[in-house]
Amino acid sequence: MTLSLSLSRSRRVPSPPRSFRSFPVHLAMLAWAVVTALPLLWAVVSSFKTDNEILNDPWSLPSTPQAGNWARAWNEASIGRYFLNSLIVVGGALLLTMFLGALVAYALARYEFRGNRLIYYTFVAAMFFPVFLALVPLFFVVQQLGLLGTYQGLILVYAAYAVPFTVFFLHAFFRSLPGEVAEAAFMDGCSHGAVFFRVMLPMARPGLVAVAIFNFLGLWNQYLLPLVLNPDPDRYVLAQGLAALSVSQGYRSDWSGLFAGLTIAMLPVLIAYVAFQRHIRSGMTAGAVK
Amino acid sequence: MRHGRWRFLAGALIPALVLHVVFVLSPYAQAFYLSLTDWTGVAGQAHFVGVDNYARLAEDSLFLDAVRNNALLLVAVPLVTIAIGLFLASMLHLGGRGGRRGIAGSGAYQIVYFFPQLLSLVVVAVLWSFVYNPNNGLLNGALRAIGLHGPSWLASPSLALPAVMAVLIWSSVGFYVVLFSAAIDGIPRELFEAALIDGAGGWTTFRKVTLPLVRDTVQVAFVYLGIAALDAFAVVQVMTVGPGGPDGATEVVGLSLYRNAFQYGKFGYASAMGVALFFATLTLAVLALRGGRKTAAGLA
Repeated sequence: MTLSLSLSRSRRVPSPPRSFRSFPVHLAMLAWAVVTALPLLWAVVSSFKTDNEILNDPWSLPSTPQAGNWARAWNEASIGRYFLNSLIVVGGALLLTMFLGALVAYALARYEFRGNRLIYYTFVAAMFFPVFLALVPLFFVVQQLGLLGTYQGLILVYAAYAVPFTVFFLHAFFRSLPGEVAEAAFMDGCSHGAVFFRVMLPMARPGLVAVAIFNFLGLWNQYLLPLVLNPDPDRYVLAQGLAALSVSQGYRSDWSGLFAGLTIAMLPVLIAYVAFQRHIRSGMTAGAVK
Repeated sequence: MRHGRWRFLAGALIPALVLHVVFVLSPYAQAFYLSLTDWTGVAGQAHFVGVDNYARLAEDSLFLDAVRNNALLLVAVPLVTIAIGLFLASMLHLGGRGGRRGIAGSGAYQIVYFFPQLLSLVVVAVLWSFVYNPNNGLLNGALRAIGLHGPSWLASPSLALPAVMAVLIWSSVGFYVVLFSAAIDGIPRELFEAALIDGAGGWTTFRKVTLPLVRDTVQVAFVYLGIAALDAFAVVQVMTVGPGGPDGATEVVGLSLYRNAFQYGKFGYASAMGVALFFATLTLAVLALRGGRKTAAGLA
């Protein structure tokens, strides 16, 4: 709606002076920036307020910053523990995903053998199935392996569901790499494994970084899988812990603690993003268009 | 050498294949079978019941609410997100000189727009449950400041689903701005210049140059957003009353599935919902990709 209105207006006036034309444009851009940033900023500010300040005026600033909210959220509300759990599970799963995904993608992209295509499509097809379909049987598979509520169980399942996209993405990437360097390495007597680890993997670094960023965010933000496979509150990952907290803190009406927990959950990712933003944005969008 | 080749291939492929078969393929395959049984989780106690579960789905009023809500999400979320995304992305470019250079500060805008994409939907849902809070929320606080009395958004049957939609749109627009912006970057500069010389205004340039050339990207966006709209589980489960309420107003298929499986222990019945969701996803992907190709062919 807005689109056709503001654009058709600029069409009727053939070539308006630049400053005049770009004013409504800036206004629209700014409006969405405010809509995006304001709730996030509000949560950060609220995490320094007292409960009374939060309840009385949602738009006020804290009279004195309450660092105690953060300490309470980190320790008593276990956000610190959930954070550590997330680091362990996501770190382990990411390493496993990248290792297995790169190996499979490379083997399928650079070697010809019977069944190559079949294996490739077996992996890629899994990307088109909703995880909900697998949920019930997956719960029992993990239970029967005795992995319910364990770090190892979550790491294996996370990796299993992240490998297909990793293979899909890196397959195209390994195909695009020139073959001469690998051939030279073979000539020099390198084994297949050495060519992969010493020659091809370093050459594929940009692709690996892009897909690793994509996977990290996907795994860090995972909610459905831990909700079903990780019932032990001591092992909750961050998203899971925060969801549980929003229910229980709501009852105790510890609003400031909950705001602090929310801020702790979102700030590290946002800070890392601002530091590496170009990499992250191009990595994530490249993943979608491929 | 030959020997080393096969050993390397086996070592590279087998671990990942085992993981894939155990945790991905076999659960998917089992789900189709389980959906035809009355299994309640007791080993060896699954009786084959044919399509009974599917027949019951058609009479389960809460499930039908969920289907209706997912359908509404499926229409509203992709359309609005893509409209805002395309608008902002082309503004980033059209606003500049020659309709091409990008307006001042477009880099900063893209950084900010992308923020929600980085957050877990749980974080987004908790955040927005505060924003929507009727007494001390950001939204009603703002309305109060201008003298209005805000409703309790998530408790009202008519406002709860639009409130969920708004959150999903808010959280995805930034990603598509960046995606569309990258697609527009890929359009040769000469085309915009030619359009400008021919006297085409902003809207004409958008319709005749930008839109046809980013059509593929828009199509992909429809599929991704459609899949997200068929899910919507995390936001609904964390944010809404019930969850899924009030009175089924925000129920979604994923939530019904989760509740039937892991709270009621109706694993066969829940699996039937999973299969239904699978076919919905598949239909969506096929329709979006085929429909897109047809229009593209029609234009050419």
